[in-house]
Amino acid sequence: MAGAIQTQTGLMETVERTAAQVFVRGGVLPWFLIFSIIIFTLATETFMTGQNFMLVARQATYLVMVSMGQMIVLLTAGLDLSVGVIFAIVSVTSSMVMVDHFNASGKEAVWGSIILGSLAGLGAGLLVGAVNGIGVAVFRVPPFIMTLAMSTIVFGIALTITGGTPIYGMPDQFASVFGYGSALGVPVPIWFTIGFVVIVYVLLAWTRMGRYFYALGGNLKASMLSGISTRYYLFMAYVVCAAITTVAALMLTARLESGESNIGRDYPLNSIAACAIGGVSLFGGTGRLANVVLGAIFIILVQNGMNLMRIGSYQQMIVIGILLVLAVIADNYRQKVLLTLRD
Amino acid sequence: MVHKDIGGPEPQGSGALDLLRLENISKQFPGTLALDQVNFNVRPGEVHVLFGENGAGKSTMIQIIAGVHRPSGGRILFKGEPVHISSVHHARSLGISAVFQEFSLVPQLSIEDNLFLGSEVRKGPLLDKVGLRRQAREVLDRLGFDLKPRDPVMYLSRAQQQMVEIAKAFRTKPSVMIFDEPTASLTERETTRLFALIEQIKKEGIGIIYITHRMNEIKRIGDRITVLRDGKFVATIGVEDASDTKLVELMTGRVIEQVFPTVHFAPKETLLQIDNMSTFDGSVRDVSINVRAGEIVGLAGLVGSGKSQIGRACFGLEKITGGKISFDGAVVFDARKINKLGPRRMLDRGLYYLPSDRRQEGLVMMQNVRENIALSSLWLRTFSNGVFLRRANERTVVKDLVRRLDLDPPNIERALEHFSGGNQQKVLVGKSLARDVKLFIFDEPTVGVDVGARVHIYNFIKTLCEAGAGVLLISSDLPEILHLPNRAYVMYRGELRAELPKNQINEQAVLGHFFEKQTV
Repeated sequence: MAGAIQTQTGLMETVERTAAQVFVRGGVLPWFLIFSIIIFTLATETFMTGQNFMLVARQATYLVMVSMGQMIVLLTAGLDLSVGVIFAIVSVTSSMVMVDHFNASGKEAVWGSIILGSLAGLGAGLLVGAVNGIGVAVFRVPPFIMTLAMSTIVFGIALTITGGTPIYGMPDQFASVFGYGSALGVPVPIWFTIGFVVIVYVLLAWTRMGRYFYALGGNLKASMLSGISTRYYLFMAYVVCAAITTVAALMLTARLESGESNIGRDYPLNSIAACAIGGVSLFGGTGRLANVVLGAIFIILVQNGMNLMRIGSYQQMIVIGILLVLAVIADNYRQKVLLTLRD
Repeated sequence: MVHKDIGGPEPQGSGALDLLRLENISKQFPGTLALDQVNFNVRPGEVHVLFGENGAGKSTMIQIIAGVHRPSGGRILFKGEPVHISSVHHARSLGISAVFQEFSLVPQLSIEDNLFLGSEVRKGPLLDKVGLRRQAREVLDRLGFDLKPRDPVMYLSRAQQQMVEIAKAFRTKPSVMIFDEPTASLTERETTRLFALIEQIKKEGIGIIYITHRMNEIKRIGDRITVLRDGKFVATIGVEDASDTKLVELMTGRVIEQVFPTVHFAPKETLLQIDNMSTFDGSVRDVSINVRAGEIVGLAGLVGSGKSQIGRACFGLEKITGGKISFDGAVVFDARKINKLGPRRMLDRGLYYLPSDRRQEGLVMMQNVRENIALSSLWLRTFSNGVFLRRANERTVVKDLVRRLDLDPPNIERALEHFSGGNQQKVLVGKSLARDVKLFIFDEPTVGVDVGARVHIYNFIKTLCEAGAGVLLISSDLPEILHLPNRAYVMYRGELRAELPKNQINEQAVLGHFFEKQTV
């Protein structure tokens, strides 16, 4: 009798310890995902369908991309609030160049226009990243201020050159391939995103630059004394972030079939939220790519589920905010448990 | 080899003489017995030094006295009465005040606001600013501190901040004051002022507990010394009986020959040659030293003597305004003409500087052993080709190093913050071993390191030297300077005081150059 009770409490302890270890290893995100999927599946009929999942995946591509860029900057103990206006300036410059060249060629040079326009967008995006990088790495402007300032400057520029109106008239192929196209049954934007997840994984895990991003955010002085050009790699963090964001912006421009200044407004906060939910430290030095990708998907998933439940977008803002804070509280608790468990 | 109660007379029984008396105090933390039946007492008007390695239990003991922790066993007598000190607040109300190593000041607030932080003087619901200022003035005057109560703390020097910290502890009119390594970041001049102040407090009949692991301070200020090791009481001795050798033996539990290895020196060509170097901030003035391959050169001096800046300057971390530096046969710095210094460039030439502050400058605490050891060598062919890291190689190299360093636990994927200080220091040493180095500059290599790790590190330095590397050992630890090097330089206030050959490195000679008074 007593023995049976003992084994039972022993079993309970094992279960508890295993749960604690799963929580400590993987963080709060897997639990968030499981709970939200259960809730949405029970509350709606349409959520748990292949069609809806494809929709979520396609909608999530842009945020996944931006969040990866944001993560790189966060790793170095920085912050990029200008990812939103990178969307604006990329969308505007690429579409203007594309439309101009397309019209000038008498609507003949379809792919030439698309390539030229995309390169112009890439140039504009990288320029924003480079200015951010120079401000932060060379002039030591706090990342928050630098990228905040850039977000108003660049938004102003985008509005000035367009007069605030959308730009239409891009070659149809741009939208049909990069916005709506698909290969092997999978939409092109998803292919791009998968490609970039692989590229960023390789960058972070298998190159010196990736290792240095972590080291820089973990201890700038120790990195400097280890012979790392901290200035160069800080600069590069903002450039790489801008590059990834630019690709996302080009795909979104293709999807919308127009160049617009206000297409990226939600990305700064949503990408930081995705990283925070994914366990990236805002103080730099720690964060895992897989969790960031899941964090971004989670945000889109919750929005999708709430849309299906006919929850208004205002109420959705409340829910996302609460989840963000809960995630960080849970992560703090995780750190505490981690210290007691050690190995 | 265990010393018990040598010297210091211990009155048995009531202990009416004592302000504070600890009897058989133990403290059990989860998994470790931090204090094991320790006895300790403080008399009015004495400085009782608490001495021991890091992890010996010094901090635990003062935290029990200051009310931070409760003892698991034993009893505390305060002025002859048994007491249960339940909180810091309680300790303070009894008259026990602690000045901790980390300052508890708010930099943006003024001195007076800091002094009364948490117990502000009020008139009804409002702050009584006039009363507060008057009381602050009183405390500062009584201590003879030349400070303006309205000055913000952040504009004060370290020593002045220390004075504010002391005034804060003093405000509650304590009868026992605890100083926890107060000189850790003070310059020599500031230290002298602090010691004058402690003398003054002594005269008021206050009992002082003074924690340090610096031997030279004990003689300047101590009356009695209690040595702890591994949480156990080792001995209480009078300062007149405390020679350096004896203290090291009490502290480490080993005779000195077991701590310091005998190095066989075979000096060869000159690796580092510094001629008449001066730094921009004036911390080093007109200093010339050299280090040859196959020898260990000591660079001694107090904190703030400029010895550390010499090492940093060679690595390109200090702005140099005059002089010339040659390394391995090439001129790497010549004022206004040549400057080839900088961490990356000097690393690639074969010079490695190991900073003294491993948390701030040495290691990335949240990264694991593998990443830390490889960090300063990633651009070498062993660790990466043109594009990608060679992670399999990295693992092999680091695993091998960890075995040689005897890291405990030998887990290369464990984050640095989960290792003990001694093992963190081994990782720091490991970083330099991941590449070919001709000259090692060790800046305080054994700060905050237990004796086991200390022995390991000394043996490593010996091995490196005997394998033909040059070593510049920058240290404030006197026994280290006395026993390891082949030659030693002594710095005093930015200037080179002396160069001592092996047979002249002894306590009197080195200490004689540490301080002003002995040399006049």
